[in-house]
Amino acid sequence: MSAKVITITSGKGGVGKTTATANLGAALANMGQKVVCIDADIGLRNLDVVMGLENRIVYDLVDAVEGRCRLNQAMIKDKHIPELYLIPSAQTRDKTAVSPSDMIRICDELRSDLDWIIIDSPAGIERGFKNAIAPADEVIVITNPEVSAVRDADRIIGIVEAEEKGSPKLLINRLNLEMVKQNNMLSADDVVDLLAVHLLGIIPEDKAVIISTNKGTPIALDNKSQAGQAYRNIARRIMGETVPLLELDKSSGFFNRISSVFGSGE
Amino acid sequence: MANFINRIFSGEPSSAEKAKDRLRLVLINDRTDLSSAALESLKDDLLDVLSRYIQIDPNSMKIDITQEGRQQRLIADIPITGPVSRKY
Repeated sequence: MSAKVITITSGKGGVGKTTATANLGAALANMGQKVVCIDADIGLRNLDVVMGLENRIVYDLVDAVEGRCRLNQAMIKDKHIPELYLIPSAQTRDKTAVSPSDMIRICDELRSDLDWIIIDSPAGIERGFKNAIAPADEVIVITNPEVSAVRDADRIIGIVEAEEKGSPKLLINRLNLEMVKQNNMLSADDVVDLLAVHLLGIIPEDKAVIISTNKGTPIALDNKSQAGQAYRNIARRIMGETVPLLELDKSSGFFNRISSVFGSGE
Repeated sequence: MANFINRIFSGEPSSAEKAKDRLRLVLINDRTDLSSAALESLKDDLLDVLSRYIQIDPNSMKIDITQEGRQQRLIADIPITGPVSRKY
């Protein structure tokens, strides 16, 4: 086994990096892959709560980097899926506690025993971001169909290309199909047109994401949710399968029809 | 639907179209680090130099930066109105 390192980044905060990390990790592990998710946002730890593992933390990334524990002691086993692990960030330190070469060393140590290492990058373009992309074999840029998020995504794509990490792949998160239809939201095609990178997937806006995050369970395991389906499809594409993009149009028509049959207002 | 009909009659671009147009310009500025003011002054300088060799109508000269994939391209469309009376 030699794991591939994928870093998920965005430039702008709040577009869904942590949620995407947790759910791609869960979806890949659910396909039988051995996965570790690393929270590289030192000082603003969050991947632990999104994955629902906040009560199990003993050691963190900085402890492992500074040699206070072995790397596998910092790996927290997931509650839901057997081959999924989290290396949490340190909450009481800052970004300078870890260097890009530390991240490369940690990932190289982990590679032999895993299929995938998924790194949750902090927002911004400073040290934390540099740490997160240093070990990456592939970078995924996530954005929302919204002016500030797209602008920051473009900056990040430029930096990733300048760092010779290849062309990053794009995830568009929180696409609201109703708004796109009314021409009040950038469509996925618009965003791809502007950013000119390969589109890896579209995650529709879905209230179920907030509900599953509240519970600390991954939406990727929810068979009824559209966002969950989107994450499962993205994981299959990462595994090399050809999976068509979610036909949001069709499925929303289908749900509309169902809900009109049952007289639901939603 | 009402939105859509209103827009057709008012000729007002949709908010998504506005967002895309604004982003297109912002991204070109960000990627080239060239503001629209700088582009204007580039245009003036170019006009100065070219006018030494050919006759140009400044008003019909078009200079734009376009996007091709992630690459920017400076496109100049400069109709020549006639020869310059050469002094040398």
